[in-house]
Amino acid sequence: MADNRPDRRPKFRLPLEWLGILPFVTFAVLFLILPTMKIVVGAFQTPEGGFTLQNLIDLNTDSIRSAYWTSIKLSLITALLGCAVGFAMAAAVVFGGLPKRVRGPLLTFSGVASNFAGVPLAFAFIATLGPAGLVTLWLKTEFGINLRAYGFNLLSFWGLVVTYLFFQIPLMILIIIPALDGLKREWREAAEVLGATGAQYWRMVAFPILFPSLLGTFALLFANAFGAVATAFALTGPQLNIVPIKLFAQIRGDVLGNPNLGYALAFGMIVITGMANVVYIVLRTRSERWLK
Amino acid sequence: MTRLFAWGALIFGCLFFLLPLVGMTEFSLKMRRGVYSFDAYVRVFEDPTFWATFSYSLTLAAATIVFGVFLVVPTAYWVRLKLPQARPVIEFITLLPLVIPAIVIVFGYIRLYNTSSFLPLTGSAIGTDILLTMGYATLALPYMYRAVDTGLRTIDVATLTEAAQSLGAGWFTILARIILPNVLVAVLSGAFLTLAIVIGEFTMAALLNRPAFGPFMQLLGANRAYEPPALAVIAFAITWACMGLIQLVTRFSKHERAKA
Amino acid sequence: MAFLDLTNLEKTFGANRVVKDFSLEIAKGEFVSLLGPSGCGKTTVLRMVAGFETPTSGAITIDGQDVTGQRANQRAIGMMFQAYALFPNMTVADNVAFGLKVKGVARPEREARVAEMLDLIGLRELGARFPFQLSGGQQQRVALARALAPSPRVLLLDEPLSALDAKVRVSLRNEIREIQRELGITTIFVTHDQEEAMSISDRIVVMNGGIAEQAGAPFEIYNKPRTRFVANFVGTLNTLPATVEAPEAGQVAVAGQSFTLGRGALTARRGDTVTLALRPEAIRLGRAEGREVVLPATINEVHFLGSVIRVRARVGDGVVALDTFNRPDQPPPPIGSAAEISFAARDVIFLQD
Ligand SMILES: Nc1ncnc2c1ncn2[C@@H]1O[C@H](COP(=O)(O)OP(=O)(O)OP(=O)(O)O)[C@@H](O)[C@H]1O
Ligand SMILES: [Mg+2]
Repeated sequence: MADNRPDRRPKFRLPLEWLGILPFVTFAVLFLILPTMKIVVGAFQTPEGGFTLQNLIDLNTDSIRSAYWTSIKLSLITALLGCAVGFAMAAAVVFGGLPKRVRGPLLTFSGVASNFAGVPLAFAFIATLGPAGLVTLWLKTEFGINLRAYGFNLLSFWGLVVTYLFFQIPLMILIIIPALDGLKREWREAAEVLGATGAQYWRMVAFPILFPSLLGTFALLFANAFGAVATAFALTGPQLNIVPIKLFAQIRGDVLGNPNLGYALAFGMIVITGMANVVYIVLRTRSERWLK
Repeated sequence: MTRLFAWGALIFGCLFFLLPLVGMTEFSLKMRRGVYSFDAYVRVFEDPTFWATFSYSLTLAAATIVFGVFLVVPTAYWVRLKLPQARPVIEFITLLPLVIPAIVIVFGYIRLYNTSSFLPLTGSAIGTDILLTMGYATLALPYMYRAVDTGLRTIDVATLTEAAQSLGAGWFTILARIILPNVLVAVLSGAFLTLAIVIGEFTMAALLNRPAFGPFMQLLGANRAYEPPALAVIAFAITWACMGLIQLVTRFSKHERAKA
Repeated sequence: MAFLDLTNLEKTFGANRVVKDFSLEIAKGEFVSLLGPSGCGKTTVLRMVAGFETPTSGAITIDGQDVTGQRANQRAIGMMFQAYALFPNMTVADNVAFGLKVKGVARPEREARVAEMLDLIGLRELGARFPFQLSGGQQQRVALARALAPSPRVLLLDEPLSALDAKVRVSLRNEIREIQRELGITTIFVTHDQEEAMSISDRIVVMNGGIAEQAGAPFEIYNKPRTRFVANFVGTLNTLPATVEAPEAGQVAVAGQSFTLGRGALTARRGDTVTLALRPEAIRLGRAEGREVVLPATINEVHFLGSVIRVRARVGDGVVALDTFNRPDQPPPPIGSAAEISFAARDVIFLQD
């Protein structure tokens, strides 16, 4: 049947609005998504381009396994400590009855410190806790304490932990202070007048409300530590066995002997930070039923 | 009791954060045996490589900021105005750089844009500079986008746009004359944050083999004793200045708004 | 001895004396409102009773027990806040159960009590919802149920209705009053809305600048306000300057018309000017039986409000507002016309200032 009323037909409209984000999409595809895909695909390819699982299987060497394990441990511990100390400091400022004047400087300083990462941070810690550092010398001359004799070495795992905390704690403070501000005074007072102790209020009200933010920050801190190269590299040089440094060395000089093993190594990093975020998203949606 | 704990937590934190700063400052002044001096700083400033790498990084930071503003402001504006349904996707993309480590991204660049690829960026110095700028824009994307998007939230984008259109303004005029001034504080905050991130960045610059400030610092750190802490002091001062500028523009704008 | 006894309460924040020598006795089951302008210290009094603020001096006893130094979580008090004080991470039922849970009440008992409370506020079906899924009025009802669930000795309400729209406000205040009567729970209600206070209270305490200016039943507060502040705060007030003619006899003159106030001798001297006050409803347009004072007036403004017509008329040097009931057979007087107003001398309120 001939339709002579074309205006009745559902008009096909070019989705012109989508053109507006074309530059952004182009950028994201070229410089974020394609490079990532290249890694993911490369992890499953032979140097000739065929499909293989061999690269991933080859990751299973003592050296690489221990690198992953050290990296995960480092990230978990610095994220945990960063969350705990950062939370304590934020709570001290928000609830601890400290003078109001403390708050502004703390936030500003946290902004600075959370961005003071990388090479100069390593220098600062070497000058402080390194073999000839300020604190090391001071403890030695004033108290006769030799840090090295107590097993502390800045250029080791725990040295790295202490150094990473310098940006992990402020990051936590920056994110969690607004969340703590969001806890209404009425909630605390309502709980108290209903007979709850301070601990009960924290366990049953405040903590569940903060849980999503805590979790999110934890995932962020984890990824932050897991991918960090510069601080560790400047602190210990290429010898510390953590994944990003291994990958760095591999990219620079193909130390693993198999170029596609580098892809697998990087793919493993994506998987781990990705997993951390999936866990975060799952837990968050579960704990946030009460949010719109 | 609570207050005691609070003071304890604060003082512990302050010690932890102040000691490295004191440590690096003190160490940087110790070059001349027995007295404090600025010798290390003099050495640093006399080093032509310092100035070369520093201005290189500064240039790249500027390029990153300009590119980022041109990329992010129109996109965030457009998404708010016309494509609210695309928001979750865009936001997800802008957050990806926080999840995917920079070293992985740059690894992808190296393999994707090598001399035999469809876009042989790493083949020339200028191409690599562009690639590095794109990399920095990626690193800064989460901060830039959030800053601008938050800025846009405080103004009524739709009404402003309609008002401007009814007065005959085109898209470019709207963006440049209406939207940008209104989110200027957010853009400036994002810009200074980008500067703080880019100026001492190490991983990407080192792996792309560009003469940036980050790799220069690292190299100096491996070979010298007193210059590195001096560099750390300088880097810290730059970071502090960036954050201070952010606070300054924010406060200034609040002041302006209060007057209006 | 009263059930809830506040004796000489004082509270200072820094140099700021917010509550001054505040005393109040409340009988068991009584519903008392604290009424006053913003910043007069109502909330502060309530928070001292709840245990969130420690009085600078003075004492609070509940049921013969001195609770002044006791912490809020040991006082067995129920409190309802202005708004949004429900725990957002818990369902309605969990919110109501909270007080019982921290008390250690066993689950079956707890659930029975929660059901009972939800029935009381008429929200039985909404137990599984989260606060964000409720309207403002429903949220406040849940807050009431939560406060009442652990059977508190005293119920404190700090402007619980102020965030709601006008219709809900009226229906919820009646509901609160009904539940309060049913449970016989001693209640302090804070508001700055005089109509709200008068409609539901057994007794009203009018506060001003941290002081209790007057306490009494709504009828008494309204009709026999002791100070100009109280009179003005609870309703409209007309003031007329009068000249004292014979202080011993209580005789005064307004606009050349002299009459005798039925309250005995005045403290003022002959020739002094005193202020007389009258509620709008005590003044009539025209003459009426039993209203012996008649004054000439000019009609200034007429506001037709439906069942009531509010007229403002010029009398001598002043302007008075008066209310007349609408009568279909009698249109309101035209503006600018001359008229007479009348009132009974015994209705005149004599303010101490
Ligand atoms: N924690 C505090 N620190 C300092 N001053 C306070 C504090 N709490 C209240 N005030 C002051 O005490 C005075 C009385 O406050 P309060 O909250 O009791 O008033 P209110 O009668 O409840 O007023 P509103 O009707 O506005 O709620 C106000 O001037 C207030 O600024
Ligand atoms: Mg109040």
